[in-house]
Amino acid sequence: MADRHRLTIRSIDPDPRGTSISSAAAHIGIVLADPVVVADVIHVAGTLDDDQRTRLAMAVADPLLQQTSWDPPASDGIEITFLPGVTDTAADAVLHAADQLGIVLTTAATARRIEFGPSLDIGVADDVVRRVVANSVIERWGHGLVEPPHLDDAPGHADAELITIRGLDDDGLRGLNAERSLYLDLEELRAIRDEYEGLGRDITDVEIETLAQTWSEHCAHKTFRAIIETTGGPDGPTDVTPLLAQLRACTDSIDAPFVRSAFVGNAGVIEFTEGTTIALKAETHNHPSAVEPFGGANTGVGGVIRDVLGIAHRPIAVTDILCFGPADLPLADLPEGALHPRRIREGVIDGVADYGNKIGLPTVAGAVLYDPAYTTNPLVFAGCIGTAPSRPIHDGPFPGDRVVVLGGATGRDGIRGATFSSATMDATTGEVAGASVQIGDPIVEKLLIDALIGAEDLYSAITDCGAGGLSSAIGEMAERVGADVDLDLVPRKYPGLDPWEVWLSEAQERMVIAVPPKHLAAMQARCDRVSVRLADVGHFTGDMRLVVRHQGHVVVDLATGFLHDGRPQRRMTAELPTPNRHDATGRDVAEPAATILALLAHPNIASKAETIHRYDHEILGATVVRPLVGAAADGPADGVVLADPGAREGIAIGIGVNPWYGLHDPEAMALAVIDEAIRNVVAVGADPDRVALLDNFSWGDPRRESTLGELVAAVDGCCAGARMYNAPFVSGKDSLNNEYVGADGQRHAVPPTLVITAIAHVPDADHCVTPDLAEPGNVLILIGQTETEFAGSHLDFVQAAPRNVGVVPAPDPDAPETYRHLHAAMRAGLVEACHDVSEGGLAVALAEMCIAGRLGAQVDALPHDDLATALFSESSGRLIVEVPSRSVAAFMKIMGRAATRIGEVTDDSLLSIVGVEPIPVDRLADAFNPGGTR
Amino acid sequence: MSRVRALVIAGPGTNRDHDVNDALERAGADTRIVLASELIAEPALLGSAGLAVVAGGFSYADSLGAGRMLALDLALGIGDALRSFVADGRPVIGICNGFQVLTAAGLLPGALGHNAQGRFDCRWVVLDPVPQSVSVWTTGIEDPIHCPIAHGEGRYVHPDPDSLFAAGQVALRYRSTNPNGSVADIAGVCDPSGVVLGLMPHPENHIVRRQHPRHSRGGGGDAHLGLRLFDNGIQHAKGL
Repeated sequence: MADRHRLTIRSIDPDPRGTSISSAAAHIGIVLADPVVVADVIHVAGTLDDDQRTRLAMAVADPLLQQTSWDPPASDGIEITFLPGVTDTAADAVLHAADQLGIVLTTAATARRIEFGPSLDIGVADDVVRRVVANSVIERWGHGLVEPPHLDDAPGHADAELITIRGLDDDGLRGLNAERSLYLDLEELRAIRDEYEGLGRDITDVEIETLAQTWSEHCAHKTFRAIIETTGGPDGPTDVTPLLAQLRACTDSIDAPFVRSAFVGNAGVIEFTEGTTIALKAETHNHPSAVEPFGGANTGVGGVIRDVLGIAHRPIAVTDILCFGPADLPLADLPEGALHPRRIREGVIDGVADYGNKIGLPTVAGAVLYDPAYTTNPLVFAGCIGTAPSRPIHDGPFPGDRVVVLGGATGRDGIRGATFSSATMDATTGEVAGASVQIGDPIVEKLLIDALIGAEDLYSAITDCGAGGLSSAIGEMAERVGADVDLDLVPRKYPGLDPWEVWLSEAQERMVIAVPPKHLAAMQARCDRVSVRLADVGHFTGDMRLVVRHQGHVVVDLATGFLHDGRPQRRMTAELPTPNRHDATGRDVAEPAATILALLAHPNIASKAETIHRYDHEILGATVVRPLVGAAADGPADGVVLADPGAREGIAIGIGVNPWYGLHDPEAMALAVIDEAIRNVVAVGADPDRVALLDNFSWGDPRRESTLGELVAAVDGCCAGARMYNAPFVSGKDSLNNEYVGADGQRHAVPPTLVITAIAHVPDADHCVTPDLAEPGNVLILIGQTETEFAGSHLDFVQAAPRNVGVVPAPDPDAPETYRHLHAAMRAGLVEACHDVSEGGLAVALAEMCIAGRLGAQVDALPHDDLATALFSESSGRLIVEVPSRSVAAFMKIMGRAATRIGEVTDDSLLSIVGVEPIPVDRLADAFNPGGTR
Repeated sequence: MSRVRALVIAGPGTNRDHDVNDALERAGADTRIVLASELIAEPALLGSAGLAVVAGGFSYADSLGAGRMLALDLALGIGDALRSFVADGRPVIGICNGFQVLTAAGLLPGALGHNAQGRFDCRWVVLDPVPQSVSVWTTGIEDPIHCPIAHGEGRYVHPDPDSLFAAGQVALRYRSTNPNGSVADIAGVCDPSGVVLGLMPHPENHIVRRQHPRHSRGGGGDAHLGLRLFDNGIQHAKGL
């Protein structure tokens, strides 16, 4: 038995982590009298003499920054260590350092030590740690000196179990379903039972877990593939085409020349410029982010980057759209078992930043939304874009190809994530879901990218290991060919794993490729160069069976046909919504100037600078239009533009999302957010005729007929919008069951949340357009029509809404043509600045342009007789454009009736709108971003 | 005259190696990216190079302090070769994580601690070259350099900054905004000979005018390109 040693490392200057604990504690009403000290603890086991201890301490700490001690601290403190199996990259670094120094260690682990000072009550200290510091899903803690987990502690036996399924009646099947948390429907359980009765044997635990993952809502998209009978429509009960088939048919009918692959594989693929393809994908990671915000968001980003890598493209940028409960939610209103929205927000943003920054990708486009409905169901949408030289998409695997797993080792992390994602949450979710949440290791994934980019000719098929782990990755690859794999060849983090755990683990940073045997050595050499682990775990067979072995026994033997096509198609019923489309209602606004300031300060509209600065948006040097623009780099950009430093052409990314419209009219919401995403890219200079779309639906439980009806309506709107703009969907993802059952038994669902991502071609990245006002004397022109459309508007968040909220913005049928004209005007060099009109209406858009340019605006011609409508209605299809006066005639000639002059840019630093008290630009900026540019 | 051969040294988790490689190429060097492990296995690669860069990123995930593990690899693996490279007067630059590596490896004075505000921060900054500096990388540059920072551990710490100024070792200072609490607004320091420069900001991300956030409003321009540092380093290497 080796000796155990513990090294405590303290910062010489105040550690900022201590300050952030104090401030987080203050937010939950606990004022800490003494400064909080955070120290790092390194535990090592090995036979070490004093000299070795000194050298090791010198290698892991800097004497200018830190003090170290091998003696246990005498002061009071709480120590936090990871639970067994949770990724501990710092421990890996300790082992690496020791190895370099020639010091032999048997194990290493790291911990955090929090010292609150002598005056704090132990119970209060515990409370602070539990609520704002540690997370029981991945960590454990205690007072005094806490030993880290020893990996040989991991329990587990190592055989597949046989489960009796033959002869089970419905109750028996339901019992099995609950016992193993399978989340399958009764019809699906019956189909499995019938299959095994036909086979004349019982099912192994590995097989039933494989089926539960493959048939989960998360993997199988059962709702999007279901036959849905709708009620409440004009024609009475009607069967509608499955939703996914509708979206695919819509893309097919648009027949855009730039689409290379849509709704197949891990990501959509388009080609705007001959010779370079672009892969795009957006994913959700909602449930994990609710229980472990950092790890959930972290691995969400890691997962979507692997999706792009999983279609053989080099990732070049990340996007994130985040939905949280109110940051100032009173503690008394926080449901039992839920984390406070502020903590979720901090953890999620840190998680996104940590992964994106470390893997070396710019996190460029995004949105942050707040609504009480997201308190128990925060939403995290992460997207990734990649590029590659054009080449045929891999069409393997072929019989004889090796099944090769690349990347991290497998542990008991992320077990049953796919089924967990498909379940409803309640107060106990955080406790039971522990094993479903993981911590990412972005450096391992960076090395995977290095190993795989450039190796495209060495493999015949590739996919990422995401939900369902190997079961899903290898299972999907084997669908049309079959595979035979041996679990004993899968690298483990530690012993004691059950076979089904190895097969299902969602351990992060792994890819599966099919490698023809002749290329295996070359692939191995590439992996060796960058220290990526390669495991050859079996081969693709050609016999259409999925066979998995463990210690010489067959633990899975499934026909791939049954695995992938044996699931009975779901039949569902949807009650279509009946939105108000005709009874528009206006608003009374007593003090428009105060209202403008209130809107600018609303969390959904206010500056997101604090978040944006935590993301590296500069790496790769391709960011041309940033998320923050203007004189003080604090104005919100519409879309972002990426273009290689030497390239003329680029791509624009735009986001559209508005769940508040969805509450009133999901179909109109879909049209509005497609319009918003497209408007965002057009505003920066993208070509409206070359736009591809991604859809991401986060919805409540689709088994509730009204909820499914809202989904059907939104998909209708998506298809209508895509056709209207000739902008095809190329990929998408749905996350359903975003619900929480409170202690009172009440269900809380998220509002219908559809995120649209638009990726568009920018023909001339040297001449992009931004919203910052440029030059006093230039003319301001409004494009599009302003109607009285206030349902779901942000005006209704800053003042009471009337009983009849009226209508949400309707689509503008002229918008596609208008955007083409605007693009032509931009190409002709007539446009100095441009900004879309969205949440908060024309007044907020004008204010943002003034803030961005630190210039004033004089608006003397309003687009509607009713002041409230003119200023605050959120009608779709509108943009404000700044045009030099000498260019106005040419601009108007191109735009035709769609454009109206509303005013001009001034140098008096005032936003002066007719009928509104003038507001100094400084006051606008203060309301929008109270902390300055930080 | 033949082109200067430049080596961009990367460790596991280095991620701005391609960015700086592009910058060196644009500045006219014959450049390649080499892994620290490859360099340690084949130190002769260093012998044939005229200029070396330790690129930015998160080597070893910043575990146990930014740059420390890669510094350990380099110091133990090719410490002597690196010191003789510098003794020959061949220019070395460490950017961001590379700066952290060079301080931890003892090739530059001081250390980099967590940003004073406690967070990773990405924003554009303005760097004033210090006229008295002996750095070969900033020689003759009078106009401020504009480029972004992107780091969480960039607070420069030194027990006696006055001595650094006196020795001409402070090469670049943050103008108006000190983004991380660095002592005396120090953004870049060099070794006493002036051939080794370390800085936290990323000049490799401002090599064409279009990368400047205000380029469409007359901001930036050739005089303020980060590329100028690489031009200087290559010029110096050519003169050896």
